[in-house]
Amino acid sequence: MLPEKADVLIVGAGPAGLAAGLELKRLGIQDVRLVEREAVAGGIPRLCHHTGFGLGDLRRIFSGPEYARRYRELASAAGLTIHTETTVTGWNQALQAEITSPHGVGTLSAKAVLLATGVRERPRSARLVPGTRPQGVFTTGSLQRFVFEQQLPVGKRAVIVGAETVSLSVVLTLQQAGVSVVGMLTELPRHQVYFPFLPVKWLFADLLGRVPLKVNSHVTQIFGHQRVEGLEFENTESGRMETLACDAVIFTGGWIPEHEMARKAGLELSPASLGPQVDPAFRTSRTGFFAAGNLLRGAETADWSALEGQRAALFIREYLQTKRWPDQTVPVQVEAPLAWAIPTLLRPDELPASFRIRSQAFREQTTLQISQGGQLLFSRKFSRLPANTSINLPVDWIRHISLSDKPIRLAVQP
Amino acid sequence: MPELFDVAVIGAGAVGAAIARELARYELSVVLLEAAPDVGMGTSKASTAIWHTGFDARPGSLEATLMRRSYTLMESFLPEAGVPHELLGGLLIAWNTDQLEVLPKLLEKAHQNGVLDVHLISAEEVYQREPRLAPGALGGMFVPGEGILCTYTVPLACATQAVINGVTLKVNFPVEQVSSRENFHSLSGKGGSLQARWVINAAGLFSDEINACFGHHNFTVTPRRGELIVYDKLARPLVKHVLLPVPTAITKGVLISPTVYGNILLGPTAEDLPDKTATDTSTDGIQMLLEKGRKILPQLLSEEVTATYAGLRAATEHSDYQIALHPEQRYLCVGGIRSTGISASLGLAEYAVELLKQAGVVLTPKAEFKPFKMPNIGEATERPYQSAEMIASNPDYGRIVCHCERVTLGELLDAMRAPIPARTLDGLRRRTRALQGRCQGFNCQASLVHLLAQETRQNPSSLLGLEAAHAA
Ligand SMILES: Cc1cc2nc3c(=O)[nH]c(=O)nc-3n(C[C@H](O)[C@H](O)[C@H](O)COP(=O)(O)OP(=O)(O)OC[C@H]3O[C@@H](n4cnc5c(N)ncnc54)[C@H](O)[C@@H]3O)c2cc1C
Ligand SMILES: Cc1cc2nc3c(=O)[nH]c(=O)nc-3n(C[C@H](O)[C@H](O)[C@H](O)COP(=O)(O)OP(=O)(O)OC[C@H]3O[C@@H](n4cnc5c(N)ncnc54)[C@H](O)[C@@H]3O)c2cc1C
Repeated sequence: MLPEKADVLIVGAGPAGLAAGLELKRLGIQDVRLVEREAVAGGIPRLCHHTGFGLGDLRRIFSGPEYARRYRELASAAGLTIHTETTVTGWNQALQAEITSPHGVGTLSAKAVLLATGVRERPRSARLVPGTRPQGVFTTGSLQRFVFEQQLPVGKRAVIVGAETVSLSVVLTLQQAGVSVVGMLTELPRHQVYFPFLPVKWLFADLLGRVPLKVNSHVTQIFGHQRVEGLEFENTESGRMETLACDAVIFTGGWIPEHEMARKAGLELSPASLGPQVDPAFRTSRTGFFAAGNLLRGAETADWSALEGQRAALFIREYLQTKRWPDQTVPVQVEAPLAWAIPTLLRPDELPASFRIRSQAFREQTTLQISQGGQLLFSRKFSRLPANTSINLPVDWIRHISLSDKPIRLAVQP
Repeated sequence: MPELFDVAVIGAGAVGAAIARELARYELSVVLLEAAPDVGMGTSKASTAIWHTGFDARPGSLEATLMRRSYTLMESFLPEAGVPHELLGGLLIAWNTDQLEVLPKLLEKAHQNGVLDVHLISAEEVYQREPRLAPGALGGMFVPGEGILCTYTVPLACATQAVINGVTLKVNFPVEQVSSRENFHSLSGKGGSLQARWVINAAGLFSDEINACFGHHNFTVTPRRGELIVYDKLARPLVKHVLLPVPTAITKGVLISPTVYGNILLGPTAEDLPDKTATDTSTDGIQMLLEKGRKILPQLLSEEVTATYAGLRAATEHSDYQIALHPEQRYLCVGGIRSTGISASLGLAEYAVELLKQAGVVLTPKAEFKPFKMPNIGEATERPYQSAEMIASNPDYGRIVCHCERVTLGELLDAMRAPIPARTLDGLRRRTRALQGRCQGFNCQASLVHLLAQETRQNPSSLLGLEAAHAA
């Protein structure tokens, strides 16, 4: 059963929430409560049975489930209590969470709250894909749960919609389930799988080489009554329509932050990332509310999310000690094809640990410009601007921004 | 000898289920026959879920009369039967002078129909009531009695009350052949065969085909597809009323309405199709809705879409319901219930039983009619996850399985153990809301399949439509 008060409430025990909780404990904050709506803590990595987790934050490579287990072990060693099967369902007032668990309903007031509720993928319906509504249409998340959590059948012939790194983890999952991939569709002219460090890189390259990739392809319809029987797609270059027979369709990527609790708390969202607006210290628009991990945007790796959680812990402690909540910030705006830039709020006197951007489309021979009120702050040429992967930019230029109501704009030209 | 019933009702949609419930009040043996694996899987599950007053029905039509009567019956039935509903009030908005001119005529029509609390309002009041509307509204009409309800729960509640009061429900029982003898009809098909003295046709889209089995050809059903977009619950604060379109000679327009689950609906389209099973959505339909929606409530378009769906109205060449009594054949047709059948269901049922009585069927009331209240799945009243009392009595009501819709393990188990148990994923969804939220199963679909397979002792492959697909 949860107490009614705590110093810090962390919502979501994925990598970000767990790493934040551990760091707060290490920093000597005793009264930290971590709530997780699922029966087991660990977040999304619990479902990703492939390797490649942990190098950034735990300095070792784990599979997803091992990585999640490692965090649970660290939490229990540190005396960090995780309340599982416990959901924050809303806010009674600022910093007072409404909570449901098998123990009952209740509220918890905290001096500071960290939201770390993660990200999900847009399902077929949210992408407005027309057609019938049969069984057999998945997202990566639901597919992984079918295969690894409940050992359920997922079909024999699958089409993957999306060709990002996460789509490749679907290839791995399908391979384990004995399902053949009859097509991998992307609306972009190339795949967007970026290879990390070496052994994984070989594995990825090999897999990708064997998947029938269809570029410039837009899904126009799904067929089938009881079970999906196929899908139709259009080649956006040639206008040609094609169909693929399949009994499973997996929609991958299409990220959308799980921002329900953020919105219910009245936090401002960034119109670009759809995550809460955050400054370099992970402070949101409301005093006492912090946000970290993939709730901020879709999607970084587990390691990155954990490192954000860890860093946010430092600022949470600072806030508990000083009660300081700087409210003057400058919003960052991005223009298409840029998807987002994080942090979304900046200040000249507080440099972020990183400034990351992501583009939704490829561009060649292009220049990225960052300006404020017509004044150029930073510019960089890209011979090739990659799509659907994060790019780290330097942060020095942030010292020169002016603390005014003029937003900082990011644009690429041409 | 096959079983012999006094009355067989063909079709367990809102209309057939309501008729069966009404018949259950009397000393009769009644069977409710449904082709699908569950109650309410036809048009009734794909409506816009508006609880209509009938203010704009054609005065003097059967539809107008039965909608009014049904409205009164619904006022006590909905709360008693646990059907989620909210009396939000309807707002018709005129965006051009044509529509503005229609409003006084609609007002008069409403008055003729006995809906007397309807009144015209100024553009200013329109914006007071709905501040987020697009600019440009010229005026409006307010219909206080229009509401919303749960379109799934109406047939389920009716059928459940019927069943616990003695009606036999047979699902997976498509009536394919009718042969009539002097004293009874034989109804048979894939699900078996049985006999009934009286037959009531409530087969919705297929009511013309059943009608033809009895030798009647007075109407043909042409499915009229309506596509809809369901917006995320985070959009709910944008709208307070049911925003109804003003019908003019040229266009019908689409409505925007909250749902009892806290989403916002945009739709429906209207398109005549040849296929009675074509409930797929289309690129054109969705585009059309987005365009219309943007003109009415621009902010809605920046919210996430939770689902899209389509339903088929049983439209006929006639404008009114097709209700015909054939006493000599012991046959009653209640067909062509096009676009108001959820709201009118109780009125239709009462009328149908009245007609049987006229035809000489002896109706002896039973000593007792057992009430039954469906578990609440609406947002207007407390749900299990919010109830300290329910969770204390059973911790499974505090165990959330579907996070988007906050459906608990306790509710899922109840649905699978109900008098009419859920045996499919869709059945579970319609009884509990599980799977119909913003993630569409990203989080809970696998657990639900597992739970359903275990609890109902079915093979996951068949629940997932895989056996049929591979056999085909
Ligand atoms: C399908 C999918 C596959 C992915 N694959 C990979 C991969 O292979 N490698 C990789 O590095 N990254 C992958 N990612 C990115 C993933 O987001 C990160 O790995 C990491 O999980 C982000 O950590 P997080 O803590 O921000 O969020 P999450 O891991 O998503 O954790 C959030 C937690 O918050 C809980 N929660 C949410 N709302 C509430 C509430 N109201 N009350 C209580 N608890 C709540 C959730 O149950 C969840 O456990 C994937 C993401 C998805 C969606
Ligand atoms: C897009 C749309 C929006 C609508 N909005 C509203 C609204 O807001 N408010 C409102 O009141 N109404 C609305 N309606 C109308 C309402 O949905 C219908 O009038 C109502 O559902 C009709 O109910 P029914 O029982 O006649 O038909 P159905 O629900 O279709 O039921 C008929 C049943 O008969 C079964 N059946 C058919 N043939 C056989 C056979 N041979 N043997 C056994 N069983 C058989 C079918 O499987 C089906 O379950 C809307 C309709 C649509 C399509």
